[in-house]
Amino acid sequence: MRITQGTFSFLPDMTDDQIVAQVQYCLDHGWAVNIEYTDDPHPRNTYWEMWGIPMFDVPDAAGVMMALAECRTQHGGANYIRLSAFDNTYGWESLRLSFITDRPADEPGFALERQERGGRQIAYTTRSYSAQKPEGERYSR
Amino acid sequence: MTSASGNDAIDLKRDFATSGLGDELAQLDRDLVGLAPVKRRIREIAALLLVDRARQTLGLATEPPTLHMSFTGNPGTGKTTVALRMAGILHKLGYVRRGHLVSVTRDDLVGQYIGHTAPKTKDVLKKAMGGVLFIDEAYYLYRPENERDYGQEAIEILLQVMENQRDDLVVILAGYADRMDTFFSSNPGFRSRIAHHIDFPDYDDGELVAIADTILLGMGYRLSDGGREALADYVVRRREQPHFSNARSIRNALDRARLRQAVRLFDDADGAVTADQLSTIEAEDIRASRVFASSPEAV
Repeated sequence: MRITQGTFSFLPDMTDDQIVAQVQYCLDHGWAVNIEYTDDPHPRNTYWEMWGIPMFDVPDAAGVMMALAECRTQHGGANYIRLSAFDNTYGWESLRLSFITDRPADEPGFALERQERGGRQIAYTTRSYSAQKPEGERYSR
Repeated sequence: MTSASGNDAIDLKRDFATSGLGDELAQLDRDLVGLAPVKRRIREIAALLLVDRARQTLGLATEPPTLHMSFTGNPGTGKTTVALRMAGILHKLGYVRRGHLVSVTRDDLVGQYIGHTAPKTKDVLKKAMGGVLFIDEAYYLYRPENERDYGQEAIEILLQVMENQRDDLVVILAGYADRMDTFFSSNPGFRSRIAHHIDFPDYDDGELVAIADTILLGMGYRLSDGGREALADYVVRRREQPHFSNARSIRNALDRARLRQAVRLFDDADGAVTADQLSTIEAEDIRASRVFASSPEAV
């Protein structure tokens, strides 16, 4: 099951040229671009690992792409990688935009668990198949 | 890309006008005193790039030009200033996307322990992408006396990026001529990746006085006639002394002359001073310099 989240998530994965255009858009607005990765695809997992520090002082997308290329050599194909843009303007101080750039080749998806409770109530939980394995062994390259 | 059919024409003159290159070159001429050979080389490079771009539009050129440069010359001959202009010129011609200049020295590139250098160098490269990376005193990167020096690591990363990302980044190396020569001969990789070697000559005495005028104009001061004469004298004497660094020495001398002028106004003037007095550097402000003292150890 293909995981989607963030900007333009309804579209196919972006090509590198499209990523460059998005990143440049962010940088032109003065947003700091971050690279994050994770191997836990659960939608409620908001805390991804950061690759390096936020790029506050990079004026051109090529610099971000350089860092992304480095991240890909280590995590590409085995982890999810996303870019996010942080706007530090007063009153906003939050993410403006984020999108997934890389995903594992094989995404097994989620199981839906139903828990029967008193009074015929049902509680639902989604559990990702890949997260049943320990961290670092969830996706093979 | 379409192939050139001998009839397609490109108006170079109009190309030149629309690129805004004329302004940039004129400003270079105006702002920088002397440096005739440097200006000529920059004109040549600019013309070459303009022609290259025209060729590309017509589908003639195949290779993107190598733009990495090396600026050699004594301290204070305007290397950094010209690098700044170069970034502007390359930006106007579309060879770098942003046209900003990132100026670094060895300290910014080389780390202090194992594994510290690569991230540091890459960080600087990330910042410089789309612009010009200016490495001042580049020969310090290479320390032959210490084979475990981390400078070598920085050099390798730089070379790799200079080769593979030529359309993202232009690198300018700067430093003294003789030491740069040694640096290049022990790092042939650098020499072969640098297309333009530009040598910055020393300023002559008249040019240094003209530079002083420009600097003072920028600060809202001016030299009196006696002051100009004294400064011309000063330049001749200062050149004989150690650690002479061309325009930078002049700037420092003027800063000290301003100090003396302030003290003079404070001591002499009985209350009222005119705007004219406040903005004039007199001969005595310059002649009080230690350069005019007879003792040889004075600076």
